[in-house]
Amino acid sequence: MYGAPVADDHALVERLRAGDEEAFMDLVVRWSPSMLRVARMYVPSQAVAEDVVQETWLGVLNGIDRFEGRSSLRTWVFSILVNRARTRGERERRTVPFAALARQEGDDDFAAVDPDRFVGRGDGVGSWAAPPVRWWEEPERALDSGEAAQRIEEEIARLPEMQRLVITMRDVDGMSSEEVRSALEISETNQRVLLHRARAKVRAALEDYYADA
Amino acid sequence: MPDLFTRLFRRHHEGPGLSCRELVELVSDYLEDALPPSERSRFEAHIAGCEHCAAYLRQMREMLELLGELTDDAISPRAEADLRLAFRDWKAGSGGSR
Repeated sequence: MYGAPVADDHALVERLRAGDEEAFMDLVVRWSPSMLRVARMYVPSQAVAEDVVQETWLGVLNGIDRFEGRSSLRTWVFSILVNRARTRGERERRTVPFAALARQEGDDDFAAVDPDRFVGRGDGVGSWAAPPVRWWEEPERALDSGEAAQRIEEEIARLPEMQRLVITMRDVDGMSSEEVRSALEISETNQRVLLHRARAKVRAALEDYYADA
Repeated sequence: MPDLFTRLFRRHHEGPGLSCRELVELVSDYLEDALPPSERSRFEAHIAGCEHCAAYLRQMREMLELLGELTDDAISPRAEADLRLAFRDWKAGSGGSR
């Protein structure tokens, strides 16, 4: 699993500690785009998000000698990032710990699909009454259009904080479940519940988009 | 009272013991490979016989592909240059130990 220490990590960390500038800049270029996306969730502008990313990298340099390699390097970098972004974005607001927030967001009733779309009683109870709208049968409104991407971005922006973080880190940035839960310090179950809810909502939003078209 | 065809059709749709409504709640666990083997078999049996749930799963996979293709902004050249300088400072500041 990627969240656990990665073999490459060890060499990489050694290069950073040894002051290898190219190793550092290579990481900066590779990881900063997804870090910017995560930071942007918390702060009002791209410029501030970039500040947060820069601060994070400085934090990485200052902490690299203390990095013990118990998580992957990326997990560690993202945990620094998320905490900084949060602090920066929520100066006035009370900050609820991730684990508590994760439980809270996974607590209430949830249906991946509106229950009214299933047969409510009698024969066939629980089967589709209003099946998924078939978006792939409309090639002119192909999913890879910029509009679909736009719709997805909007829906992600509307998700509660933890769901938004989890779907962004997992599905947009391609991190493993282990990386995400160790960066956010949430349980595996919580992570999966949050991911499930986030994905179901984004799918539903896309379906709405195609149904209204 | 639905006719025989509808009832058989729906029974087929429901799959063995798993309704469509239940199935959609298991889609993430399925994709995460977190279902116990027996549950996974029930899930797959249902999908094999239910075009609507198969469609739902397919949409989920297509959506995941799209999510993976969302583009992220690169860090600005200026921020990159600042970080390079910061790195040199950090290296110099560690008293020649690097």
